[in-house]
Amino acid sequence: MSLRDQFPLLAAEPALHYLDSGASSQMPAFVIDAVTRFETTQRANVHRGVHRLAEAATAAYEGSRDEIAHFFGARREEIVFTSGTTAAINLVAHSFGNGLAAGDEIVVSELEHHSNIVPWQMLRERRGLALKVLPVTDDGRIDLSALDRVLTTKTRLIALAHCSNVTGAVVDLERVVEAAKSAGAAVLIDGAQRVPHGPLDIPALGVDFYAFSGHKMYAPHGIGVLWGRHERLEAMPPFLGGGDMIRSVTFEKTTYAPPPTRFEAGTPNISGAIGLGAACRWMGGLDWPKIAQEEMRLTGRLLDGLAKVPDLRVLGPLGLQQRIGVVSFALAHAHPHDVAQILDRHGVACRGGHHCAEPLMERFGLGGTTRATIAPYSVDSDVDALLDGLDEARRLFA
Amino acid sequence: MSDALYQDTLLKLAKEAPRQGRLEPNDASVRLDNPLCGDRVRLDLRMNGPRIAELAHEVRGCVLCQAAAGVIGLQAIGLDRDGAAALAADVDRVLGGQKAVCDTLRCFSPVAAHRSRHDCVRLPFQALMEALKEK
Repeated sequence: MSLRDQFPLLAAEPALHYLDSGASSQMPAFVIDAVTRFETTQRANVHRGVHRLAEAATAAYEGSRDEIAHFFGARREEIVFTSGTTAAINLVAHSFGNGLAAGDEIVVSELEHHSNIVPWQMLRERRGLALKVLPVTDDGRIDLSALDRVLTTKTRLIALAHCSNVTGAVVDLERVVEAAKSAGAAVLIDGAQRVPHGPLDIPALGVDFYAFSGHKMYAPHGIGVLWGRHERLEAMPPFLGGGDMIRSVTFEKTTYAPPPTRFEAGTPNISGAIGLGAACRWMGGLDWPKIAQEEMRLTGRLLDGLAKVPDLRVLGPLGLQQRIGVVSFALAHAHPHDVAQILDRHGVACRGGHHCAEPLMERFGLGGTTRATIAPYSVDSDVDALLDGLDEARRLFA
Repeated sequence: MSDALYQDTLLKLAKEAPRQGRLEPNDASVRLDNPLCGDRVRLDLRMNGPRIAELAHEVRGCVLCQAAAGVIGLQAIGLDRDGAAALAADVDRVLGGQKAVCDTLRCFSPVAAHRSRHDCVRLPFQALMEALKEK
């Protein structure tokens, strides 16, 4: 069975060219079946009930945490379930941010997704912090040569995207971690765009926090993970209060559970977590060196094709080094929404707009771009259909 | 479906949208963004009492947004707040799949089937109502 055939939606729609995995990936039958199995044979709440189904649900939920931890080389106590990357970053902004003081500094970059900007701005307002911004180079990479200038003795956290959701550029994490250590700062990485492209040993990256979403890595919507180095999580107060995150409650005093439960107040997204565990198991069985090679071949085919389109500008690296297959472009005289609409007519699903990265659009003087994402299930005809569609968009809007 | 969306009348309206640019001095000036897609409309009004005497619009947006601003350029001179509200209501009618009262709006009929594009058409009209609120 081809990889594409493992995805029921893609198998049912052979004419669909799905290039919007940067927004949401498709789900393989393996993951859908795991979620369905839970909902049809084990559905119950976790951690509290003693009946058979509750035991089975708890085992499945905590078993997924084990699978996710194993896939990312982490300890299970370091895997905090959240609703996604945004919630994970907000958790850190509240709980880690609670320990920061007026005058402390947080560093982000010009290419961040709004979810890695706005929580820090909100923290800035609450605690009187300063937010500093690393610039972006003309080829859409974070300009790490500015680290020396931007980091100071007051820097407490550097929060950056592992891979840009607009330009596809991969940041040099080794250099970021080294600079952060010299400055005594923690590092948070938004890994939402990195995790769909293969296994990763998160603790070995040397960062303190790593946030990602399930829906971009072949799992359901509404589930994600904050990985936090154990000693960091251990030192942080809870974010949300409620059931499950406590050790004991009296009206005089409440004590909190250890991580990760401390950060999982209320009934969690149980089936989502089970889906994410299944997605890790599914990803763990794939030949990633081969997939990575194929993704890069297709990215090259796309970049080569785009280079031949008149009046088109690619926003991001033109080569294949240190990039993923997220490719954004702007066609002169055509708005990305209109381009995406014409591409839809060719069966091509891709994203048009500012991609929740308005400061980056401002940096490049654009209102938005059209974005295509190469995924493991992408094929040559997906790229070719996009290029054909662009031809028509040019004719229509020129 | 998209074929109907980008019919010649609409493309022409977007390209030749009357009253493009800025109006200085003005009595009201509004900039509105669509937070989902980044479309941006700036609308300047010069008033004669309660009625619009002159206007100019600047659009950084899609063809639908440009064409919608073009409708305002064509239809809004002489309108007061109630007249502008009636025009905006006519836009809602078209996007709801009903027949527009104003002939110029009929080229937007195919947009009714594209829910994600409704705000592209509405943005200039929202800017118009905001600008009149300023007065």
